[in-house]
Amino acid sequence: MIIGPNAMTDKEALFTYCLRRGDDNLILSHRLGEWCGHGPQLEEDIALANRALDLIGQARNYLQYAGTVEGKGRTEDDLAYLRDERHFVNVKLVELPNADYAHTMARNFLFDAWHLPLQQALTKSADAQLAAIAAKAVKEISYQLKTSGEWMIRFGDGTEESHRRAQTALDDLWTYTGELFVTDEVDAVLVKAGIVPEMAPIKAAFDATVGRVLAEATLKRPADGFMMSGGRQGKHSEHLGFMLAEMQYLQRAYPGAKW
Amino acid sequence: MTETTKITREHILDLLENVKDPEVPVISVRELGVLRDVEVNGDQVLVTITPTYTGCPAMDMMREDILAELHKAGIADVEVKQVLAPAWTTDWISEVGKAKLKAYGIAPPEKTADIRALKGEAPVVECPQCGSKDTGMLSAFGSTACKALWKCNACLEPFDQFKCL
Repeated sequence: MIIGPNAMTDKEALFTYCLRRGDDNLILSHRLGEWCGHGPQLEEDIALANRALDLIGQARNYLQYAGTVEGKGRTEDDLAYLRDERHFVNVKLVELPNADYAHTMARNFLFDAWHLPLQQALTKSADAQLAAIAAKAVKEISYQLKTSGEWMIRFGDGTEESHRRAQTALDDLWTYTGELFVTDEVDAVLVKAGIVPEMAPIKAAFDATVGRVLAEATLKRPADGFMMSGGRQGKHSEHLGFMLAEMQYLQRAYPGAKW
Repeated sequence: MTETTKITREHILDLLENVKDPEVPVISVRELGVLRDVEVNGDQVLVTITPTYTGCPAMDMMREDILAELHKAGIADVEVKQVLAPAWTTDWISEVGKAKLKAYGIAPPEKTADIRALKGEAPVVECPQCGSKDTGMLSAFGSTACKALWKCNACLEPFDQFKCL
């Protein structure tokens, strides 16, 4: 942590923190939106689009607030459509391409199991806007975690094939979960100001939820080993650039286009 | 008329009864609990609304509709402010609003303080078509962010349920 005149101010830290929360939601939302028209059944197709909508809403709140905190006149749309890949600060977990439905549900479940306790803690933020955003988000995420957890149980405790696929998905995704709990100067500055929570209790809540659901699902929690990182610093997998090319195409090709 | 009519809060509230949820056009923004406050200061009107679901695309439309309704009534200086706190809950839907939802074919939400919710049990949802309590959830998500998809085992009709939030 840098001490002295180069130390990060609360305002700079808050801007980056809001981007991180906004980007996680935005990028996962886009991946879920890609399922639209391809869901395994109509109800699930609709369910994922609904979930994507909740995430978009949360992303908008965070990106709007990031723009306000930054104070340079950037809007939520500027931040979503006109930043380059290296300036996105989401975790790598959310940018991975979609695979089968077990993979999508396992990713949702792992994300929700981290996201819910984080947002619950953020409702007590010293920053009134962060607390307000969290109070709304908590209601939606509770519903989402219930659904994604039920799917893990159904897949794990279902047929041999669904069990195999769910376990494979967990094994493939596990190395991407470590990044959810990594903290740096941004968090340190804001924790000190009472604006964001410590990460240790969030990790404990995540472990408890994952333990409870996987036990009921008869699935094995993968061993902690090497963990991916870099997303929070803008160092992404090769997949994010392709997604942004599609997501940002319209605003890049026709700047300021509206409908 | 030479004298300008004085704008009152009650007049604005009456006018806003005409602004409906674009997805559920039988219920007004006031009955839905989206309308939080109206302040009148001389010729200026400040309308405060809160979103139902964070990502609900109907919010932008409701804002436009509120502006249009008040402009149509000759009130020019209108601002619509959106607040997040306190977070919207389905408990704010008025009893009249719930009755209208039911008549429209959407099962209204139970109270958040429902003892079943506290115990983590599934809600008992009455079919808005035939009134039977023999119903089951088909999908936790439905045609809009605020609804889940249910079916009635008695009349065999599917129906939307307004999720309790």
